Amino acid sequence: MTSELDIFVGNTTLIDEDVYRLWLDGYSVSDAVALRVRSGILEQTGATAAVLQSDTMDHYRTFHMLERLLHAPPKLLHQLIFQIPPSRQALLIERYYAFDEAFVREVLGKKLSKGTKKDLDDISTKTGITLKSCRRQFDNFKRVFKVVEEMRGSLVDNIQQHFLLSDRLARDYAAIVFFANNRFETGKKKLQYLSFGDFAFCAELMIQNWTLGAVDSQVDDMDMDLDKEFLQDLKELKVLVADKDLLDLHKSLVCTALRGKLGVFSEMEANFKNLSRGLVNVAAKLTHNKDVRDLFVDLVEKFVEPCRSDHWPLNDVRLFLNQYSASVHSLDGFRPRYRHLDQGSGSPGPLRLEFR
Amino acid sequence: MPGKLKVKIVAGRHLPVMDRASDLTDAFVEVKFGNTTFKTDVYLKSLNPQWNSEWFKFEVDDEDLQDEPLQITVLDHDTYSANDAIGKVYIDIDPLLYSEAATVISGWFPIYDTIHGIRGEINVVVKVDLFNDLNRFRQSSCGVKFFCTTSIPKCYRAVIIHGFVEELVVNEDPEYQWIDRIRTPRASNEARQRLISLMSGELQRKIGLKVLEMRGNAVVGYLQCFDLEGESGLVVRAIGTACTLDKLSSPAAFLPACNSPSKEMKEIPFNEDPNPNTHSSGPSTPLKNQTYSFSPSKSYSRQSSSSDTDLSLTPKTGMGSGSAGKEGGPFKALLRQQTQSALEQREFPFFTLTAFPPGFLVHVGGVVSARSVKLLDRIHNPAFVGIMGNTRSYKLLDWNSFNSDEPETRDAWWAEIRQEIKSHAKALGCHAVVGYSESTSICEEVCILSASGTAAVLNPRFLQDGTVEGCLEQRLEENLPAGCGFCHIPYDELNMPFPAHLTYCNNCRKQKVPDVLFTTIDLPVDATVIGKGCLIQARLCRLKKKAQAEANATAISNLLPFMEYEVHTQLMNKLKLKAMNALFGLRIQITVGENMLMGLASATGVYLAALPTPGGIQIAGKTPNDGSYEQHISHMQKKINDTIAKNKELYEINPPEISEEIIGSPIPEPRQRSRLLRSQSESSDEVTELDLSHGKKDAFVLEIDDTDAMEDVHSLLTDVPPPSGFYSCNTEIMPGINNWTSEIQMFTSVRVIRLSSLNLTNQALNKNFNDLCENLLKSLYFKLRSMIPCCLCHVNFTVSLPEDELIQVTVTAVAITFDKNQALQTTKTHAEKLLQRASTDNEELLQFPLELCSDSLPSHPFPPAKAVTVEKASPMGEGNFRNRSAPPCANSTVGVVKMTPLSFIPGAKITKYLGIINMFFIRETTSLREEGGVSGFLHAFIAEVFAMVRAHVAALGGNAVVSYIMKQCVFMENPNKNQAQCLINVSGDAVVFVRESELEVVSTPQPAASCQPSCTGGEVTT
Repeated sequence: MTSELDIFVGNTTLIDEDVYRLWLDGYSVSDAVALRVRSGILEQTGATAAVLQSDTMDHYRTFHMLERLLHAPPKLLHQLIFQIPPSRQALLIERYYAFDEAFVREVLGKKLSKGTKKDLDDISTKTGITLKSCRRQFDNFKRVFKVVEEMRGSLVDNIQQHFLLSDRLARDYAAIVFFANNRFETGKKKLQYLSFGDFAFCAELMIQNWTLGAVDSQVDDMDMDLDKEFLQDLKELKVLVADKDLLDLHKSLVCTALRGKLGVFSEMEANFKNLSRGLVNVAAKLTHNKDVRDLFVDLVEKFVEPCRSDHWPLNDVRLFLNQYSASVHSLDGFRPRYRHLDQGSGSPGPLRLEFR
Repeated sequence: MPGKLKVKIVAGRHLPVMDRASDLTDAFVEVKFGNTTFKTDVYLKSLNPQWNSEWFKFEVDDEDLQDEPLQITVLDHDTYSANDAIGKVYIDIDPLLYSEAATVISGWFPIYDTIHGIRGEINVVVKVDLFNDLNRFRQSSCGVKFFCTTSIPKCYRAVIIHGFVEELVVNEDPEYQWIDRIRTPRASNEARQRLISLMSGELQRKIGLKVLEMRGNAVVGYLQCFDLEGESGLVVRAIGTACTLDKLSSPAAFLPACNSPSKEMKEIPFNEDPNPNTHSSGPSTPLKNQTYSFSPSKSYSRQSSSSDTDLSLTPKTGMGSGSAGKEGGPFKALLRQQTQSALEQREFPFFTLTAFPPGFLVHVGGVVSARSVKLLDRIHNPAFVGIMGNTRSYKLLDWNSFNSDEPETRDAWWAEIRQEIKSHAKALGCHAVVGYSESTSICEEVCILSASGTAAVLNPRFLQDGTVEGCLEQRLEENLPAGCGFCHIPYDELNMPFPAHLTYCNNCRKQKVPDVLFTTIDLPVDATVIGKGCLIQARLCRLKKKAQAEANATAISNLLPFMEYEVHTQLMNKLKLKAMNALFGLRIQITVGENMLMGLASATGVYLAALPTPGGIQIAGKTPNDGSYEQHISHMQKKINDTIAKNKELYEINPPEISEEIIGSPIPEPRQRSRLLRSQSESSDEVTELDLSHGKKDAFVLEIDDTDAMEDVHSLLTDVPPPSGFYSCNTEIMPGINNWTSEIQMFTSVRVIRLSSLNLTNQALNKNFNDLCENLLKSLYFKLRSMIPCCLCHVNFTVSLPEDELIQVTVTAVAITFDKNQALQTTKTHAEKLLQRASTDNEELLQFPLELCSDSLPSHPFPPAKAVTVEKASPMGEGNFRNRSAPPCANSTVGVVKMTPLSFIPGAKITKYLGIINMFFIRETTSLREEGGVSGFLHAFIAEVFAMVRAHVAALGGNAVVSYIMKQCVFMENPNKNQAQCLINVSGDAVVFVRESELEVVSTPQPAASCQPSCTGGEVTT
């Protein structure tokens, strides 16, 4: 006696959250059954393995049918085939677009292309995430990227509107899209200590302050591409290190303000020139795409590592950077026309995080 | 020109990409009704076209309006080649033809293609302007309402229940026409869908005409089936019960209903006293000199006078006992009855209803059934005589004379069976058959026709005009024991039709009752039941040699009686094992296959208080000398006794403590209940006395004389009860549970198993089949575990044998969560329950925090006290929490449509019936593997069928389908060719329901004093 056909269709589509998770994690039906057996569900319910197998198959089939709709979440809301309560729809979407930290760190900043997709096998072996799950996550990134790529308006809003994600998840996707678009290098060994959250934080600040959207909210791609004009303007910061007088003046302004406030004051005073040069050079190079990609590597090399070798406490870094950018305004020649400099040039946000 | 049909095509969405180059579609729509077609403009390059067309107007006869479906075809415009069809929508416009139903059909319909399934949606508006036509010779029957519900629909009142209506139409099956060889599968499927739709419309119209002739205005319990006879054609047949219904518009109709339908019945104003007056005094044996004979109605008079004229009704002995002032009505009615020759009682006194207005059912005799094996290749021979039945010489009425010969043949077949049913009922001393249904099973050219029902004696007052009010009022003061009348035997004790063990009724101790009662109806509302009920199934397979034509038919006819007998024995054994004494909703299905016959009987077992306590099962061996054998027997005996004891506990069957257990009986009126309690507690000591006096004579003896019998006993003991927290029944409601929450889940589950063809024996076959059913049930329990405590209601199993070694079982049922806490609080008054329900419902709807959902007993009417009880009411809190996690989709664009096989929606009141839903779909694939194999294919198709039903209901303005049934699910596969095909036929009643809590706020401005806090709370938050 073999079962040829075995289905269950409810007027309200039954969604088992545990099975959904197993499916999302890319387990095959038999692996999922084994995992469910291990969870002790048979003892709890008195069911047999055959029942579990049939139940799992059924859920997998449902999820498979739902997947097409999950690719365009608004469709899930308007479709008529599956009657699913809104709270469940939200859960399905949110979980489908959720991603693994380990995975996202591997692909963050990489081009979401076929080439990267081919590397998923390696990522799967490296992270222990099933290839199927890697593919889903990669395809999600790519899909979101494609949809919002050439859209007007806020990146987060666009993502939220087209994928019905929660605010938190939409922000994460905005970061992923932003990083993929600008191809920031995040995979170098030096950067391994940084979490996705750290990068997402940086991404949010950069979107707010460095993109076209920061100046004009009516252009395409406004939150995706860095404002070229702004990057060009950053070149003018070179004067801060090139002009000896300006450098000294800047240094003295910072030192005066921070005297007695920093635990590492002497180190700071000694290193000011190096640190300032490092920061300004990173900023001034950003007109080249290659250097944009290396932004985080450069920041870590030129600023984070020197600070770290002198054991700067986090708070001291924050104080220094705030003062560093604030003091610039008092210098001659730095009039408010460099609006971005207020928040931008010193990159206090990103650096603060990179110290974690 | 009696009707103008107006159609507007608004928009489409989610259309498939038809042009690969642009990834877009140039869609337009053809609207066709009858032979007239209109087209919209082509909406270029869009997957979401906005046609916003003009109103297309069709001027048509109302006959056509009834027969024809509106056909909407969505196409992709192609300049150079033929336009590609995207899909179709068939809209049955029948609901627009009655005045009270829907006035407009408007909404999003899935665009369906028989090869690709649903491909996007289309927004359509349909209206009908109907002109009154007084032509008496008209062929249409607009205005007759149809209900699938097998009881009087909730917002109506039965004025008269006229009786049986039936009709069938026959046509060639397009799949078997010569043209099918040259046309595409799509064209063939569409031809079939269209034909069945047309035939259904025609059938419904013809039935409507009959109803009008009977002066009825509605058909209740309408059941339409189609028989795919292959080469010999396609039969669409329908049966139903003609009624005259009155819409209840009084405020009483909007009184808050209770969750159980039994209480819902209380709203109907005339059911104050559920007891028929007929057996208030004197013997129930019909007295010949007082009987009213039903001569056949004029319009349908028959030559035969043998069986009709002596049908007797129980005399209305209570007639004179009422107040004199009320006498006029019944008296006049009596006169009218005599003069008008009891117009409604027709050839067959059958009723497809399974639940009745209180007092309608007087006595129940038992199940009557008839089967007949026919050869389909003889279809064109009108003089054909059934193989099984004796030649009957009467010629049937030819109301089909305008048709070809074929329907007449079929009519003759069915008439023959109905005649048999009628004579069986007569033998049981009954003049009517209730819970009547018909079915067929076809394999190649052999067809088994089956009919079954419950022989009954009915109260004549519903069968004629005008007497209803009079009878009602006069019975108000009568003091009768409730809930046992229907159990009393209708037949003569001295002249019993079959050997039965009679005892005095445990309830009234005046009348005789049988020891067990089998019926096909739902448990009567006023029945007194002890404990809970359970689903009981008998399953049986019998191998049969492959044979051709007549030899095959003969073989089948020879097997049938044995199968019936065994099914019956199995049912009886299982019933005893459950310590119960009555079966309701019994449905025995015999399915014929190439090399086997399958029998599946499902019923709901209960313990009726009026019937005697069932004796146990005793096992007797044939060889008493053998010691070890003896030991084995006694071991088995012990096991059986243990099982019975366990079941008693499980189903709370505890007869001596009747007064405690009465909670299960759905008698809502506290006054009435207390009276009942008394009468029962009085009788309870006598129960034991009676039992003693009868000794153990009624114990059931199983003789184990061979291994077969041994197997039977084993199989008895292997049936596992459902996991705790689960109950199941195949009737509308579960006795003993009446506190349903509003969480319902209707589902369909299909399984097909392939038997290993090697040396199959009957036993192996039985085991396979048994396992299949048991595993299916187990899977259901597992899947629905989140709904615990819950009851699977209206569990409907269908077996088919699509191929040699394949067995297909289809189950449709509804799982309803109930509230365990409430069940325990039996002392609650009606008002308190209402209050509680109001608070829970308010809570659910308003997304309230848990505070309100606790028991708001009158002693703690203040919110703080309620909050305190929250912790205690944990299961309930959980239930409500779950409800809340699935709130109605108010913010979503797709409205929720509930579907249920029951005639009611728990926790809600049906305010409007919008018309019948009767849909037929074919789905075919030539890429089975790509669609996920057979399971993927059927899963998707059933989900699509549900979606299309919901869309139609929503377009009618409804929010639920009640009495939903999947009448057919024919699945065929050819994995080698990567092909599969499936046909599904579903029906139900589209309705509008309103949550009770909403109703209360609206319609009861002055709730009971104790109700105030929660109600006002509800209003404030609204």
